[in-house]
Amino acid sequence: MPHSEIPASFEQTFSGLRVLVTGGTSGLGLALVRKLAASGARVAFVARGRERVERVAREIPGTHGIVGDVASKTDIHPIALQAVGELEGLDILINNASDLGPSALALLGDTDCEDLERALAANLVGPFRLTKAVLGSLSASAREGRGAVVLNVSSDAAINAYPTWGAYSASKAGLHHLSRIWNEELASEGIRVLSVDPGDMDTPMHAQAVPDADPATLKRPEIAAHELLEQIAAALPKHSSEIPEAAPATGDRA
Amino acid sequence: MIAADRPVQRPPTAKLLMVDIEGRFAHVPRDQFVDLLRPGDLVIANDAATLPASLHGLHVPSGDAVEVRLAGWPATATNDVTHFDAVVFGAGDYHTRTEHRMSPPPLSIGDRLSLGPLSATVVGMLGHPRLVSLEFDGRPDEIWAGIARHGRPIQYAHIEEPLALWDVWTVVAGPPVAFEPPSAGFALSWATIERLHQRGVGFVTITLASGISSTGDTELDRRLPLPEPYRISEATATAIARAKLAGRRIVAIGTSVVRALEHAGEGDGIVRAGDGVATNRLDQRSHLTVVDAILTGTHEPGTSHHDLLAAFVTPDTLARIDQELDAHQYLTHEFGDSLLIERTGGGIGGGTP
Repeated sequence: MPHSEIPASFEQTFSGLRVLVTGGTSGLGLALVRKLAASGARVAFVARGRERVERVAREIPGTHGIVGDVASKTDIHPIALQAVGELEGLDILINNASDLGPSALALLGDTDCEDLERALAANLVGPFRLTKAVLGSLSASAREGRGAVVLNVSSDAAINAYPTWGAYSASKAGLHHLSRIWNEELASEGIRVLSVDPGDMDTPMHAQAVPDADPATLKRPEIAAHELLEQIAAALPKHSSEIPEAAPATGDRA
Repeated sequence: MIAADRPVQRPPTAKLLMVDIEGRFAHVPRDQFVDLLRPGDLVIANDAATLPASLHGLHVPSGDAVEVRLAGWPATATNDVTHFDAVVFGAGDYHTRTEHRMSPPPLSIGDRLSLGPLSATVVGMLGHPRLVSLEFDGRPDEIWAGIARHGRPIQYAHIEEPLALWDVWTVVAGPPVAFEPPSAGFALSWATIERLHQRGVGFVTITLASGISSTGDTELDRRLPLPEPYRISEATATAIARAKLAGRRIVAIGTSVVRALEHAGEGDGIVRAGDGVATNRLDQRSHLTVVDAILTGTHEPGTSHHDLLAAFVTPDTLARIDQELDAHQYLTHEFGDSLLIERTGGGIGGGTP
């Protein structure tokens, strides 16, 4: 696939929308933050390393960097509080941060329980907790006609049984099914929950899993980010027609 | 009344006293409250998320320990995290009953406070030695991070264990602007909201920055509730207008929703979208023009929340409610049991001018 050209931006769709991206300082997450910011979205992103968070927030003016670990129970509400506070609401959550589990791919029989638990904490329980914490904000956004989307970054390993990918696969399979059920349950609230496989990308995590892979055979994260944003755009309400009719009058009473 | 001392938002044993339009009582399990509503009713909740507004630290000039409780937004701007009104206590924490808490060291304009990762300056004294206006150092993102990491939910001595944010955020919690939880909304679960849809009951939200409920000082408590900024969205204003036009009832979840809607509808009963600051005080003299019924926690006589209930029922009915709650051992405070009160004389569409 030719990687020469980044497709056009999504200004009409994302301008003014408030988006939180986890794992936003490298790979696909960073590409999403860049593209969303360039499209006029108001973006907050989360990552564990303070230095990287501050650097990315400086590099992409207007974005809000949040230091936190989605795998940690006690980090979730502080992350949600900062994101919703800084963005004054939330329309889109992208659960992108992922953990491979063991530091290198391993047969399940050789996988430490703690490594499986880490993959589940980062890839399944973390997105579950963070989504719950922002559900009120998302439902308000849906009621107000802006739409609300949760995009969970999945993998073909969520569906297929690849030997040595056990911890990661099991967590992504859980996340994929969680997304499907939540999408059904939240339909009446107007919230869409998507699970999307971005494909094999040239990212730090892929290099960790498959150190010998030829980067030329891998998708650039910018291309994957564009494809993900297309899917989110398709899940948002079409403008004007689906926005509730205006109130009789508006005014400040301050 | 007995204080609910466990931070469980929806205990299976939660009770509800229904007070109908003629002041008659019925006791039902609270998780069945949806069945007490009518198709066409519009339920309105406060979707404010609660800030971890208790910040421990030091009063720099004296070196004394203090607890700062953020208590109010000085203007309509709930997105300006640089400035807050705050109540300051001396050493100690929530385990001591608020009225027994130590006073802070004498505070003066210009005093510096060191609150974990946060630093602030006293920029105003608000007519009481404990009530100050604060300005935080740093960029807004740094202040948000400091509050998120260092702050703890404001709590009181009736709950022993420290509260976490997930204890005090309702399921619909959105904008983090409240200083104490809009706790009537603890009764809501997503299953409840789904049942509302199924019964043909509308559900929308407003946002009101609920302030603190107690300062431990009688004189200061008389000033409660402090002014509370609120926001009403276009979608909510439209839903209210349609319900009113069709003669359908407005059911408020919590006193904060009543305060905001009645402030917004002051005069003509028409609730317009936009931002406002609720400065109204509702009591038995108030004529409600927007809200027809309220789902609320149980409140003790003498509090501003209890006064507000007198706007819904006659003094005689309110006295009977208090006796009934005591006689049936209803639990009080934020994790306690509930009341659903239909406004006396406020039948379908009643109160619409």
